[in-house]
Order: sequence, then C-alpha cells, then structure tokens
Amino acid sequence: MSTGLFTPRPGAAPLWRQVCAQASMESRLMLRNGEQLLLAVVIPVMVLIGGVEGAAHLDLSLSHRPIDEFAPGVLALAVMSTAFTSLAIATGFERRYGVIKRLGSSPLPRSGLLLGKVGALLLVELLQILVISVVALVMGWEPHPSLLAALVVIVAGTAAFASLGLFVAGVLRAEATLAAANLVYLLLMAGGAVVLPSSAYGAFGGVTRFLPSGALGDGLRRAFWSGEVPWSSLLVLVVWAGAGAALTARTFKWE
Amino acid sequence: MPASPSSVTASGPAVAVSGLVMRYADKVAVDQLDLVVERRTITAVLGPNGAGKTTTLETCEGYRKAQAGTVRVLGLDPQSQRRDLLPRIGVMLQDGGAWSGVRAMEMLRHIARLHAEPLDVDVLGERLGLGDCGRTPYRRLSGGQQQRLKLALAVVGRPELVFVDEPTAGMDPAARRTTWELLQEMRADGVTVVLTTHHMDEAERLADQIHIIDRGRMIVSGSPLQLTRGGTSTIRLVVTKPFPEGAPDLLQAALGHRLEVRTISDVSLLITGPADSTTLATVSAWCEQHGVLPESLQLGQRNLEDVFLELTGRELVT
Repeated sequence: MSTGLFTPRPGAAPLWRQVCAQASMESRLMLRNGEQLLLAVVIPVMVLIGGVEGAAHLDLSLSHRPIDEFAPGVLALAVMSTAFTSLAIATGFERRYGVIKRLGSSPLPRSGLLLGKVGALLLVELLQILVISVVALVMGWEPHPSLLAALVVIVAGTAAFASLGLFVAGVLRAEATLAAANLVYLLLMAGGAVVLPSSAYGAFGGVTRFLPSGALGDGLRRAFWSGEVPWSSLLVLVVWAGAGAALTARTFKWE
Repeated sequence: MPASPSSVTASGPAVAVSGLVMRYADKVAVDQLDLVVERRTITAVLGPNGAGKTTTLETCEGYRKAQAGTVRVLGLDPQSQRRDLLPRIGVMLQDGGAWSGVRAMEMLRHIARLHAEPLDVDVLGERLGLGDCGRTPYRRLSGGQQQRLKLALAVVGRPELVFVDEPTAGMDPAARRTTWELLQEMRADGVTVVLTTHHMDEAERLADQIHIIDRGRMIVSGSPLQLTRGGTSTIRLVVTKPFPEGAPDLLQAALGHRLEVRTISDVSLLITGPADSTTLATVSAWCEQHGVLPESLQLGQRNLEDVFLELTGRELVT
C-alpha cells in the first residue's frame, strides 16, 4: 500500500506523556498571563516585604520575629493563590472558550486532564516557593523546618484549595468565577489567618483555625518554626479537601 | 496504545447510524435518522442551519448519548467505547476552541503530543498556511486562521476518520480551495471524511455521497450525479403578482409530461426536465395569456439547491 502524508496511523500517546504535555502546557499558560503572574509571585513578595516592614511599626503580638512569621505565611498565600484562584479562573475560561470540549475529543482522558492540572499547579508552586524563599532568606529568614512536614502541608493545602477552586469554576459562569475567586482570595488574605497566625485574630482566631487558609498558614508556620508535624492543621485540610472533592464530583461539568 | 494495523484496515462501514432520535427540551433535533458512511470516501451531510447536522455528528463523536437508535463509529459504540474510539478519529468542532493566550503552532504541537504517531506539525502548518501566524495568540487570529488551525488539530493525529463540522465557514476563497484539496488528499491516502456544510457547491464538488437533512430527517441520499440527475435543466420563474388560480396546471398541460412544473409559492415556480428553445417560448406565451409579468426567468442546470427546494418547498440557504 502506498503511503501518503495522511495515511492513517492512529493511536494515543502513553498516558504519562499526555499528562506531562498537559501539565507543561497549562503551567506555561499560567506563567504567560500577566495577571496570573502578579497573583502568583508579585503580590506574595510585596506582602512579605510590606508585612515585615509594617510589623516593625505595629504591635501584632507575634510570638516569633516578623520575618519568621511572614515567610511561611506568604508561602501559604502563594499556594492558595495558585491552587484556588488561578485554577478556578483558568478552568472557568477553559469551559467558556470550549477548550475542554476540544480536549474532550482528543485522546486525553478526563483523569489525564485532571492529573495535568495538578502537575501544572505543582510546577507553578515550586517556582513560587523558590522565588519567595530566596527573597525571605535574603531578608534574614531563619527557618528550622521539617521539609517533609512542610511538603505534606503544601500538598494537603493544594488538594483542599484545588477541589474548592474546581467547585467554584464548575457551578459559576467564567466571569462570576473570576470575580468570586478573586474576592475569596482577598477576604482570606485579610481575614483568613493565612499570612498572620490565627492567634493574631483575637477571639476570631478560633474560627480561622478551621478555615483552609488558617490551617494551611498555621501548619506551614509550625512546620518551619520547629519542624514538628502539625497534625491538627493537616486534619482540617484533609476534611476540606474531602468536602471540596465531594462537592465538585456532584456538581462539576467539564463542558 | 497505537492501534494495531488490523483495526486500521478493518472492514464494515466507517459510520452506521440507525433510527437516531435526539430531542432538546421541546424540540426534536434528529428524528429517526439513518446514515451509513463507507470507508475511504468523502461524505457530505448537507442541510440548512438547525437541520440536526451538528447534533448527529456530536453523537457520533461521543459527546451526546443517543436517546433512541444505534450509532456505531468504526464498529465501536461512541459512548461506552469512547476511549478506544477517540484516538482513531479526528474532530473539528464548530464551537470548540483553544486557550485565548495559546500560540497557533503551540496548540497544534500540544494536540500532536497527545497522539502516538502524529503528523509533522511544521509540514501540516505550512500546508494550511499557519506559518505566518504560528506565534500569534489564538484570540488574535482571524476567523479564517482559527478555522485552519481547528482543521489542523483535527487531522494531526493521523486519524482513520475525520468529522469536520462546517470546515470552510469564515474562510476566504483561497483557504476554501486549500481545505478542499487537503480533504481530497486525505481521501486518496485512505482517510474517511465526514463533513457538514450548508454550501451546496462544497458538497457537490467534494463529496462521493451526499445526505441531505432537513428538520432532523434524512430527505435524500446519493452521489452528486444521482441527486442532480446528471444535469437536467431547470427553469425558475418568479412573477410580480400571484398566479391566477389553476394557471400552473395549464402551464403543465402546455409543456407536456416530459417537463415537471412545481409551484414553490404563489409567485414562483420551478420547471424541471429536458428544456429546449420552445420551452421558454411556451412559458412566455403562458405568462402573456394569464396577464402575469415575469420578474425573473432563470434557466440553469439542476443543482442541489433545486433538489432541496423540490423536496422541502424551501430554500437551502437561509
């Protein structure tokens, strides 16, 4: 049989290669977008510098040096911005622009798409953690971490926020997702005990401890202060991840 | 996993739809549709907007579940065997898109990576004229460029069967010709092509088989030659005021049984059959006799527009 340019040779690439392609594509798109980059890196670094400077003039009744309080908190903020806000907005617009429908007729299965998104989140988070850690270390951060504990908290926090982000993107229209994801981010940044410890919120601190933002922030602070595994924070994050996944599974429509 | 060679050369029709019924809320979109597509052919599904073409295609692609009837694509059930089917088909959607910030060639390269043995993306991009806009973000491509990219995305995985929904919508004439040549080359290389269109010239020029759909029903199928009966002539008459009652019957009597007179509306009719110079004379004499003034009298070859008009009493292009 003669072979032409279009002679059929159909077939899917191995799943792991498809997932890598999807993760690399989505992380590149996230970093290309100016607003996303602002959210991912610029705002956390500004909060870090501003917070440490501000703490010198205000009494925040912190138990540690400001830089040691703020550096883990800002890492938590960065994880939240990517896993929740960026993921929700990107997914909302993928649905709106028919990207997910287009991928639906490609060999990439839904599970591969989800894994690709997780891979992209972790890649972007890695980049954020590198940039923020370098800035914090330059500013005099002296962590005494358990890196394993920090990693587990980051993964649990990513799972909790990503499942909630997908839930928002699944039930709202793209524009409403954009607004809601940014609003929730701002509210949690200000009042969710992510950058400042829940103990700094007075009586309200008891509530913030049980928010995913407070659990992620407190968990990372404890992991970086003393290297202990913050079991209570981890438990809160796992419960949020379970609740978010259940909600998303019931409501999410890819198209 | 790459498909085994036996699946590529498998026998049986590429698409077999029988008794398909699809309803939306209160509207029947597809009504007891039967459709068979032979392998290595170009098949056109022709019909006006809202005829049920896209719904039928999306059911074959596994996007929608058949509410009644059976659908088999390459011998597979597009719903329950979707994961086996998708790597073997290429799909060009009307409404599917790309990330707004993704560059044209980057998108093509991405879809290629999801396949086992994709086409060379640079060769394909060159063929479809995407070289000039390869680094342009999707949102800044023109409508025609977006269409060409979408076509490239559908064929880059070297499918056995491609579904292309309105492939040339929004393309300029040069891009339409490029697209037609590409689809013909794919057929020559052994690919089955199913396209929807509401351009009868596209169907007539490209397709081996044409299926005309209207209001969710298949109204006629055949080769272009069969459908147009080998180029019988037609005369279309439009007059300035309604025909007197019974006048079209008298025209039929005057023209004889070899020609067929069909009333399209109260001011227009279509005469089909072997017309000659006396036919026009008979028609104008009839006009004079009944006091109607021709607004237009068009002599032409019977084409798919006429076939559609005869079968439905409506114009194809709406």
